[in-house]
Amino acid sequence: MHLLIGTRKGAFFLQVDQTRRAWKTTGPIQLGNLIHHLVQDPRKPNLLLMASKSGHLGPTVFRSTNFGKSWKEASKPPAFPKAPEGEKGRVVQHVFYLTPGLAPEPGVWYAGTSPQGLFRTEDNGDTWESVAGFNEHPKRALWCGDGQDAPPDGATLHSINVDPRDPNHLYFGMSIGGVFESTDRGASWNPLNKGCEADFIPLPDPEFGHDPHCLRLHPLSPDRLYQQNHCGIYRMDRPEGTWQRIGRKMPKKIGDIGFPIELHPRDADTAWVFPMDGTSVWPRTSSGGKPAVYVTRSGGKSWLRQDKGLPPEQGWFTVKRQAMTTDSEKSVGVYFGTTSGEVWASRDEGESWKNVARHLPHIYSVEVARKP
Amino acid sequence: MKVFIPSPLRSYTHNLPEVQAHGASVAGLLEDLDRQFPGIRFRMINEQDGIREHIRIFINGELTRQLATPLAQGDEVHLICAISGG
Repeated sequence: MHLLIGTRKGAFFLQVDQTRRAWKTTGPIQLGNLIHHLVQDPRKPNLLLMASKSGHLGPTVFRSTNFGKSWKEASKPPAFPKAPEGEKGRVVQHVFYLTPGLAPEPGVWYAGTSPQGLFRTEDNGDTWESVAGFNEHPKRALWCGDGQDAPPDGATLHSINVDPRDPNHLYFGMSIGGVFESTDRGASWNPLNKGCEADFIPLPDPEFGHDPHCLRLHPLSPDRLYQQNHCGIYRMDRPEGTWQRIGRKMPKKIGDIGFPIELHPRDADTAWVFPMDGTSVWPRTSSGGKPAVYVTRSGGKSWLRQDKGLPPEQGWFTVKRQAMTTDSEKSVGVYFGTTSGEVWASRDEGESWKNVARHLPHIYSVEVARKP
Repeated sequence: MKVFIPSPLRSYTHNLPEVQAHGASVAGLLEDLDRQFPGIRFRMINEQDGIREHIRIFINGELTRQLATPLAQGDEVHLICAISGG
């Protein structure tokens, strides 16, 4: 098994043996480039897609068809349509998120960008088209705020989830806008934020404008969604469309703010989060310098602290939204990467943690891959 | 005409720091470069035909910010990645 690591200065592979004890780091790939996401295609395991940008050059996608031995750039990377003469068009600043489609749609992937845009490829990432149903939606500017009050690295469209039962049924999150849903393969979209708090908006239950940090749909129970939001941890069970704040059951001194949320591949009641300090000026580090993962095994009715092996003090970790993941082993492996370049692994569902890489650049993303 | 390629773009030019390209304007020159080295233009010019924030184009030592700027036989074009980042 491998972990695919995207960092601010290139990509790395972490290879582990079958016991998941002996780790080896290889790379860098594209040293010096910003790699926001590096993802394997589960339908074609030799195919990897990598969202890449350099400090100087425009954003693009690279593809490998031999599990990372060589890379070729997309011949048509994600880009907004050219604006009519006299109008100001949008420009993709970086490709942030990559999601492969379903098995019945070989070749299909989705990409989310900053500024917030949605793109689709039908040829394994070589040519990308703007998803007009969202990018040209009459309400898009209203939903997205069009760049106003964007976070320092830009507002991002992320967490693209495809319902495993139906390729027409899509969800995504926007860091300015909230969670959105399409049931017609992206031709039309609706906000899905009822019940989710947005304490920075002076309205009681706004329809949109929320800040989901990470959205996950359970692969075996796709009527269940979880999200780690700027304003807490939530669960939604469809067809009902209301978010329940399950983070209320987290310890008060820890709170329920963070970036990632990851799910158990077989148990829809189990999810892991990495809480961060979201108080005062929002340090966005582990609470009190004591990093810990929290797990629920009851769909959010209760949470358990998992910090064995993690630094007991002076550990000021930040874990970004794409930098936590799980594998599908019998005893599920849980993995996260930090902005300070460490990778931590648990092969016992979070019960204990081991540092498996350090001194890497600022980590943006961690994904599991299996070499064919 | 002679075009000088900055190091971040040399992965497109087979590591050549200097290449030959043709065009009656900067836009035409960039199109020719892209024909020879597919993908190079989009890394410098965005989808709205704007020169990207950290790219500068000099013709015979003079900065231009317009793709319509005309070029003549024998001009020297420097593509520059402005100092940025960290």
